[in-house]
Amino acid sequence: MMKRDEMLKVFARQRKDEIAVAVYTAAQEITHISPNDLNYTFVGAMGQGSSHALGLALGRPDKKVIVFDGDGSLLMNLGSLVTIANQAPKNYVHCLCENGCYETNGSVPTPRSGQIRFAELAKTAGYKKTYEISDLADWERRLPEILKEEGPIFVTLKVEPGEAYPENFRRLYSHEHREKFRRALANG
Amino acid sequence: MADYPLTAASIKNEFKRAGIHFIVALPDRVTSHYLLKGLLADAAFRVVQVCKEDEGISICSGLYAAGHKSVFMMQYTGFLDSINAIRGIAVEARFPVCMVIGLLGKEPDVLPTKSNKFGVKITEPMLDVLGIGHHLIERDADVSQIAPAIEKAFADSFPTAILIGREPR
Repeated sequence: MMKRDEMLKVFARQRKDEIAVAVYTAAQEITHISPNDLNYTFVGAMGQGSSHALGLALGRPDKKVIVFDGDGSLLMNLGSLVTIANQAPKNYVHCLCENGCYETNGSVPTPRSGQIRFAELAKTAGYKKTYEISDLADWERRLPEILKEEGPIFVTLKVEPGEAYPENFRRLYSHEHREKFRRALANG
Repeated sequence: MADYPLTAASIKNEFKRAGIHFIVALPDRVTSHYLLKGLLADAAFRVVQVCKEDEGISICSGLYAAGHKSVFMMQYTGFLDSINAIRGIAVEARFPVCMVIGLLGKEPDVLPTKSNKFGVKITEPMLDVLGIGHHLIERDADVSQIAPAIEKAFADSFPTAILIGREPR
């Protein structure tokens, strides 16, 4: 099991010019750990991160898009695995932060918490390659290969909460930051 | 066919006039046979088929953030099913999602609010509550509203709804 913020710090160290879509607590944390105009946190409704990321990946096939999704979120939009696999964007990396609960909503366990092989669901849906990673050193070692590979790629990341970071919901959904994102993407 | 009041080709031309390349869609009985199949066969468009309607709201939003215009085709049942995504993403976060909504079961030349079909009857009032403008397309003469509605949505960064009141052929 990895601390989620430590997992994100590894990503931040290896990040180049990728778009990072993040939801819920991962979205709050990434704005502190990997501040970047190409952070996309404007998801607006639970479960929708993977679908926003698909739109970005199809719209900018020249840019790698990494989504840090949640297991509760993905359970709300499981069909998106099929939609994404059907479109087969080569620049799409779907990282699932599996913590087994609805952390933002009181840490209530998800249905069949810890018993679902999400990577197997992704494989059956048609993702090109899948990984299951629960160790920080393993994540650090495999990330360069994951970022280079042709997608869509699915990575289950077994995580638990790490350090607490200040929450700023206004930042997550602000039009100002969204427009900044659009400008940065248009220029990059 | 010559006397049929609404053609799929006229709607497709409006999408082209509005600069649309991406069509996000979940099959709708009103538009599937002639319009959606025609779009799938036309290399000028890339059709992204979704499994559920709220995905479509988000994909259009991601495409917008990446600099693209798109439209999202669905049945009114899917519109009703994805109200929270429309509320949170399109309305509150002001993503210009252009929804093309088939009013399955609407009686020809009857206003949607006067329809005997309950779901059709409540579609316009639901859009009104959300503050989303809507345009009823029943005849080829109505079709010229489509491109300006799409252009306005992108200019205002706010959603719009094109309501298809009969099967385009």
